[in-house]
Amino acid sequence: MAEQVAITVDGAEWSVAAGITIAAAFTERGQPGWRRTRLRGEPRGVSCGIGVCFDCLVTVNGTPGVRACLAEVRPGDVISSENGSSFADDQSVPEPAPAPTVDRCDVAVVGAGPAGLTAAVAAADAGCAVQVLDLGERPGGQYWRWGPATADGRFHHGWAAFTALRERFDAHRAGGQIIYRPGHAVFQLQPPPEATTASAFRVHAVAGDRERDYASVLAQAVVVATGAYDLQLPVPGWTLPGVMAAGAAQSLLKSSAVTAGHRVVVAGTGPFLLPVAVGLAQAGARVVAVVEAGQPLDYLRHPAGLAASWRKLPEAGGYLARLARHRVPVLRRHAAIAARGDGRLESVTVARLDQVGRPVPGTERTLAADVLAAGYGFVPQVELLGEAGAQLSGGAQPASPVAVAGPDQQTTVPGLFAAGETTGIGGSDLARAEGEIAGRAAARFVGRPVAPPPRAVVRERAALRRFAAIMQAVHPVPSGWTHWPADDTIVCRCEEVTLGRLRAAAALGADDARSIKLLARPGMGWCQGRICGPPVAALLAAGLSEPTAERAGHPAASGLSRPLAQPVPLGVLARLAALDDPAETEAASAEDAAGARPDHEGKM
Amino acid sequence: MTPARSRDSRDSFDAVVIGAGIVGAACAYYLARAGLRVAVADRGAVASGTTGAGEGNILISDKEPGPELALAQLSQRLWRELGDELGPGAELDPKGGLVVAAGPAEHAGLREFAAAQAQAGVTAQAVPPGELPGLEPHLASGLAGGVFYPEDMQVQPMMAAALLLRRARDLGAELRLRHEVTGFETAAGRVTGVRTSAGLLSTGLAVNAAGTWAGQIAERAGLSLPVLPRRGFIVVTEALPVLIRHKVYTADYVANVASGSAGLEVSTVIEGTASGTVLIGASRERVGFDRSSSLRIVGMLAAQAARLFPVLARARAIRFYRGFRPYCPDHLPVIGADDRLAGLMHACGHEGAGVGLAPATGQLIAQLAAGQEPSLPVDPFRPGRFAEAVYG
Repeated sequence: MAEQVAITVDGAEWSVAAGITIAAAFTERGQPGWRRTRLRGEPRGVSCGIGVCFDCLVTVNGTPGVRACLAEVRPGDVISSENGSSFADDQSVPEPAPAPTVDRCDVAVVGAGPAGLTAAVAAADAGCAVQVLDLGERPGGQYWRWGPATADGRFHHGWAAFTALRERFDAHRAGGQIIYRPGHAVFQLQPPPEATTASAFRVHAVAGDRERDYASVLAQAVVVATGAYDLQLPVPGWTLPGVMAAGAAQSLLKSSAVTAGHRVVVAGTGPFLLPVAVGLAQAGARVVAVVEAGQPLDYLRHPAGLAASWRKLPEAGGYLARLARHRVPVLRRHAAIAARGDGRLESVTVARLDQVGRPVPGTERTLAADVLAAGYGFVPQVELLGEAGAQLSGGAQPASPVAVAGPDQQTTVPGLFAAGETTGIGGSDLARAEGEIAGRAAARFVGRPVAPPPRAVVRERAALRRFAAIMQAVHPVPSGWTHWPADDTIVCRCEEVTLGRLRAAAALGADDARSIKLLARPGMGWCQGRICGPPVAALLAAGLSEPTAERAGHPAASGLSRPLAQPVPLGVLARLAALDDPAETEAASAEDAAGARPDHEGKM
Repeated sequence: MTPARSRDSRDSFDAVVIGAGIVGAACAYYLARAGLRVAVADRGAVASGTTGAGEGNILISDKEPGPELALAQLSQRLWRELGDELGPGAELDPKGGLVVAAGPAEHAGLREFAAAQAQAGVTAQAVPPGELPGLEPHLASGLAGGVFYPEDMQVQPMMAAALLLRRARDLGAELRLRHEVTGFETAAGRVTGVRTSAGLLSTGLAVNAAGTWAGQIAERAGLSLPVLPRRGFIVVTEALPVLIRHKVYTADYVANVASGSAGLEVSTVIEGTASGTVLIGASRERVGFDRSSSLRIVGMLAAQAARLFPVLARARAIRFYRGFRPYCPDHLPVIGADDRLAGLMHACGHEGAGVGLAPATGQLIAQLAAGQEPSLPVDPFRPGRFAEAVYG
């Protein structure tokens, strides 16, 4: 039924469904791994599935380092898998040259998922000129990720809500109130310089065809709705092609209608595992087991919170019923503690866990599988917020901070708002409530007369946050997971750093995120520690070596900074050398903004 | 950690080194090798200050003849010994340095500088433009030539510091991390102990190797020491195949290093590392301990790098970081006893050359502590020179 396109992959002619991702094309062809790592030459394929981990890089039409999980195939694409470095010493590749675009607006929104879209529409409703910058190629974010093959929403939840939201979004685009910029990798968010009256944020992005151009947006207020990604835990064999984040299996299905494999083990903790398993089973995969590390009966200990969000209960019950219909066994207080295979996943070892999460000896079982979809919760993407000076705090996992936000979703930086998973993991309904509040508040910040958010939305946000807190309490990452990896297990996928090397660095005196990074390189690679950061923090907290130094006081918390939230070609970064002196930029933007205003005010 | 315990003999040392960066590690190593019972105290972790924000340069090429060059040459010899002792983890790489000139006048200046260095025993080879591609195939065309310094080396600075500290520990030294030095105990005008956030370390010798923060440590002894921060940014690329073989920098680097300007100076310094990344520097500005990002400076570094190596325009930067070089008004480090307080020595103020100059600094400190004749004259580095400059 779907239209087919012809592409060339490593010299072979492939015919694949139009609009699916390159990762989905490989997966559908039964080739779960395509990149070879630089140091060990190991095969890698899709891992995070949403553009965070950089494990799936391919060269497309001469451009190296393209994320196969994000890029959709286009007719005639010439794709080659990468071996070692993603850099092609090929003089024929054109230099990035197009003129930079600098746009000004009232409110910039980073991210086009449930929170970002809702915020953009709310701000546009209030009369703001809005620009939406998003890494993806279509609006919807990861939750509503879609493509030509899935536009009917059959793999989605809340599709009617999305359709309604998109209609409003598209209407504002048609009316010129919203400018939508897909394929924009925002790498930094500069707050307004201090002590200037006409303040503007500057949003910097890598943009254009296969990420070669630079784009910049000046905005009076910014809403950051960059979402979250799955927390994966390093277990023996987790770098094998076929082992991926639960969200990656989900995104293959949602974006491309491709099942990640034939025999799937879904493992981890949290209610998100259920829809992943149901989706895969409905799409025709055999779900061998759902392996849940927590003990969901613990929900009964939190009746007050459950009452506040009663709607969630029948939803979970519905998933369980459907799993039963597909004869999917659910193993509770179990974990997938190892993955095995020769060049690709062949089997998964599951074991029962004791009270703290260590495997109970003698309970190991081997399940034949070609996919392990794992997720132990989510890590908010707060790099842009942190680098812009917004205060971050705690979070559900080690080294997974969230943005501190006030009742109006404003961070500690005036004019900078955060909505959705960046303020704490809570799901799409909460993200939409926060987006609604943030969009209105941003409009008010830039001087638009806007009504406060409906009380129902504010109540909804409070109820959903209570529910999220219960979910986190019931589905903690089992602390004993640090017993699952072995010394030769890779912890940092990018730099191929094993647990043994972390131990060696600890023996040299490394005791916090920064010092272990400096001595053993976890977090130094493409993903800048997004994937290994939380596990490394947990391993450090659990103790990696005998004490080699007497210590007083506590190691610094996380402390990892990621000043570039996305990789930036030096030719693009070089554009920033022409940035004016901050004060001059402000003066210019004030004039321009004054000039641009009446246009929008006319619509009020 | 209790007050009572701080009187234990286990908290009594022949020397307490303040700072677990590369200079403190070298001081601890040479002091321990001389048979002293040493403690190293740092408010953070190993290499958590400027050492962890550097490139690991061991350079002869950028030093004009004089006391700093002599110190660098001594350090060069010591680094070669240490390379064997510390093992491959330190990633000591005698790769050589290449200084390039854009125009003929600049090239003439470079050659003149090199001729003076050669008088002082430096190996420097003039490179005509036609031979540049042989040394660096990806270098931009149209350069006027360069000078090659085969003695320049690079080391992984954090690992080098950590391995030096491990060797020191093997020799009996103790590491006290997250011990912030809060002051000094004195009796009859002599140091008798170093106070830390976790108790007193009794000692008759304190070595201030606190790098950019050494002035603050001196202040805690009631003394002034003009060590100031000079901020620099480094841009790091994705891991690349070997594109750049040597440390390559432009002629203006030497002028900027020696400059006393507070304003922004940006020269081009590029080198690969054992892990495949390419490090791109170097900016210098005196803005205190301002940790904020300057995308404009980062952009300037990227633009210059792509000009010198056009192939890098397509390479992706994956991070940048900033560090604070410990800078003294006369650009010389401070090494030796402080006349104002017996038992206090300084080993700091190496600006951007701390990694290169660390072993010589450590050896001189150990020799001075033992009352031995130092390997080279330390008079130019003496801490008292700043006071003289003010009153003289």
